[in-house]
Amino acid sequence: MVSKIIITVLSVSGITGFLALILVIAEKIFADYGVCKVNINGEEDIEVDGGKSLLFALKEKKIFIPSACGGRGTCGYCKVRVIDGAGPLLPTEEPMLSKDEMKNNMRLACQVKVKKDIQIQIPEELFNIKEYKTNLALLKDLTYDIKLLHLELIEPKEINFKAGQYVQLETKPYGDIKETVMRAYSICSPSYEKNYIELMIRRVPDGICTTWVHDFLKEGEVLNIIGPMGEFYLREGESDIYLIAGGSGMAPIVSILYHILHEKIERNVLFFFGARTTKDLFYLDVMEYFEQNIPNFKFIPALSAATNKDKWEGEKGRITDVINKYIKDRDNSQAQGYLCGSPGMVKACINVLNSNNITNDRIFYDPFA
Amino acid sequence: MPELSPLVIFIASIFTGNILLVYFLGMCSFLSVSRQIKTAFGLGIAVTFVLAITSAVNYIVYYYILLPFDIEYLRFIVFIATIAGVVQLLEMIIERFSEVLYINLGIFLPLITVNCAILGVSLFMIIRHYNFIQSVLFGAGSGIGWTLAIISMAAIRERLVEKKIPAALHGPGIALIIAGIMAMAFIGFSGIVQLQ
Repeated sequence: MVSKIIITVLSVSGITGFLALILVIAEKIFADYGVCKVNINGEEDIEVDGGKSLLFALKEKKIFIPSACGGRGTCGYCKVRVIDGAGPLLPTEEPMLSKDEMKNNMRLACQVKVKKDIQIQIPEELFNIKEYKTNLALLKDLTYDIKLLHLELIEPKEINFKAGQYVQLETKPYGDIKETVMRAYSICSPSYEKNYIELMIRRVPDGICTTWVHDFLKEGEVLNIIGPMGEFYLREGESDIYLIAGGSGMAPIVSILYHILHEKIERNVLFFFGARTTKDLFYLDVMEYFEQNIPNFKFIPALSAATNKDKWEGEKGRITDVINKYIKDRDNSQAQGYLCGSPGMVKACINVLNSNNITNDRIFYDPFA
Repeated sequence: MPELSPLVIFIASIFTGNILLVYFLGMCSFLSVSRQIKTAFGLGIAVTFVLAITSAVNYIVYYYILLPFDIEYLRFIVFIATIAGVVQLLEMIIERFSEVLYINLGIFLPLITVNCAILGVSLFMIIRHYNFIQSVLFGAGSGIGWTLAIISMAAIRERLVEKKIPAALHGPGIALIIAGIMAMAFIGFSGIVQLQ
């Protein structure tokens, strides 16, 4: 009996041990691809351990490709252009890529494994994306439903971003919410202030992150952000600039205005801000400061639901009508439009700009998703 | 039991003793990966490949380790361990040496580690006292039979997309009914040769 038990234990552990040994040896022999070089944008060569996915290999080198699903191939955010060395397209990538993207050698970084030297192309901004530890130094109400967050950078101490870009804020578990989520918010502080950033966050009913910010967050907490990201920033040129925002969409516009002020840009700048009533207006003092100090800047707030109680003397009606009224007689052949707000508002305003001779290649926007 | 020719076993395991439609083994991947002929074919080839190899490996393990030590009651756990190990090993080798094969076959391998058809074949070959050649051909034949079944299923399901199906039967419901009808159709082969 005892000998049978011993034989059983020995043979089971022997067989499984043998299998494990074979697998370990096989992994050393077959799955070891040595050190592979990843060439990025034809410039930088970084060395990574082969056999891993491109996404994780780059992450280890502190290059963060945007990814929401964590490398499971379900979100499709981690698209990168692979020029050489990725092998054929995998069936797991096909559903995430359009025909054009396939033609352009776009691949999902989480599915492509680095097995040999590989050449990729990623937007320059991605090099700049880092994780920052910050201290929430100030949390104040701008309106009844928008809060301003002042985040002092702890580690790293400095951030380089283009005015108009956004960061991702990581929430902490609260109440019944056990998970953490990442949400994107535009930076509204000046890009030349590198030791802190400010965010404007509007309460979204039942929003996981905004509820946390509005009801649970306290000054002095340490928060994690990842950034900067985004393609929404001021383009070069001499032409007129039309800035259009609604609600907390003002955030990136404020940062862009600081940039215009700081760089002494003398282009004509019109800022259309859509709100419902005077209760929704904020930062009026900042706008006044900009009007006094930026040579050719005009702030045009428009209230869509102003009543007599508001005692409003500025523009009334829908933001689209107000924009049309101001720009229809101007020469818009070179003008640029910058929009930030709800998807519906952005879409309606793009239509107005289009009908005023501003083509889509001169329109830049950041719709809230 | 009369000694069957390995070739007879091979043919029989494809048609009369189809592992899927007669013994109903390997149903989970049969139902979930049978939407497209292309992927069904890839999975089928992977199953055939693994079946042929694991039946050989398990034959050796059973007759040269488990029987001599009188511990054949451990066959379930040992067979599963060897199947999992062999599948892992195969995946690594394929990924290393053939990109084409890896894309068409390799990505399905992790799916079939726990395919019961594979354990089923290893157990059947013991119960039926097959010799080594018979076992390997039985494994390969079962794999081809499984492939045949899943490709037929995928072909039917590709056509079903355009057909009106009662709402309650969408997905697995109609798939199980089709599997049942296919199984009945396969009874037609049973006159050719009997395995048991």
